[in-house]
Amino acid sequence: MAPPLIPFFVLAFLLVITSLMVVFQRNVVHSALSLVAALFLIALFFIMLHAPMVGVLQILIYAGAIMVLFLFVIMLLNPAALEQRRGVWWWFGTVAALILGGLLVAVMTGTEPPPDPAAATALFGSPEMLAKSLFTDFVLPFEIASILLLVAIVGAVVLAKREP
Amino acid sequence: MVPLNHYLILSAIVFTIGVIGVLIRRNLIVILMSIELMLNAVNLTFIVFSRFLGSMEGQVIVFFVMAVAAAEAVVGLAIIIAIFRHRQTLDPSEMQFLKW
Repeated sequence: MAPPLIPFFVLAFLLVITSLMVVFQRNVVHSALSLVAALFLIALFFIMLHAPMVGVLQILIYAGAIMVLFLFVIMLLNPAALEQRRGVWWWFGTVAALILGGLLVAVMTGTEPPPDPAAATALFGSPEMLAKSLFTDFVLPFEIASILLLVAIVGAVVLAKREP
Repeated sequence: MVPLNHYLILSAIVFTIGVIGVLIRRNLIVILMSIELMLNAVNLTFIVFSRFLGSMEGQVIVFFVMAVAAAEAVVGLAIIIAIFRHRQTLDPSEMQFLKW
């Protein structure tokens, strides 16, 4: 096996295991902690793929902010009742999802890689390059994203407010 | 360098695990976490293609996906809190009050 493949397969194996733990743990807190691990592993993949800025943002925003939010809600609600074990839907859901997964893997296997994988320049994926794209070609979506976040903040406050 | 298809298949597997979570779990918080997992699988695909095509657009799109995912998580969790306050449950099969 070629040397660069070994870290890939180790990380991929860990990612699949932690993703499975997110879904199949019965305790919500354990699911959330597995999700933190999975997001961290995906951030490592981003860094391996010459996207260090996005990888750091992934750790900061996802593994940091969003997961703290999840854990805070779990703590606030403290859902004591464990959900019921497998019902009929369990088998329907699993079979349907596995069919979808088989189709996805078939499509992905057939994808032809681009003929000339672009050589990574020293700047590729750096904050400079990302900012240059973000503030020239994508400046309108960037502003719309800020409005979206504002709307989300206001919406969350209104929704979670206790009714008088 | 790791071939493109390895990354794509990994991303497909993680996405499928997320779909399984949405379909079989009966806990709103875990369903929301499975959705985050699916979004991240797609993000991985974007980053892989950005790397192999040598263009920055994929990374910019991932940036926007993160912003939308943050907004989605915030609003989703607020809705979960509001529902839990009314019904004292997180089971989506209990929530049938819009069903005819």
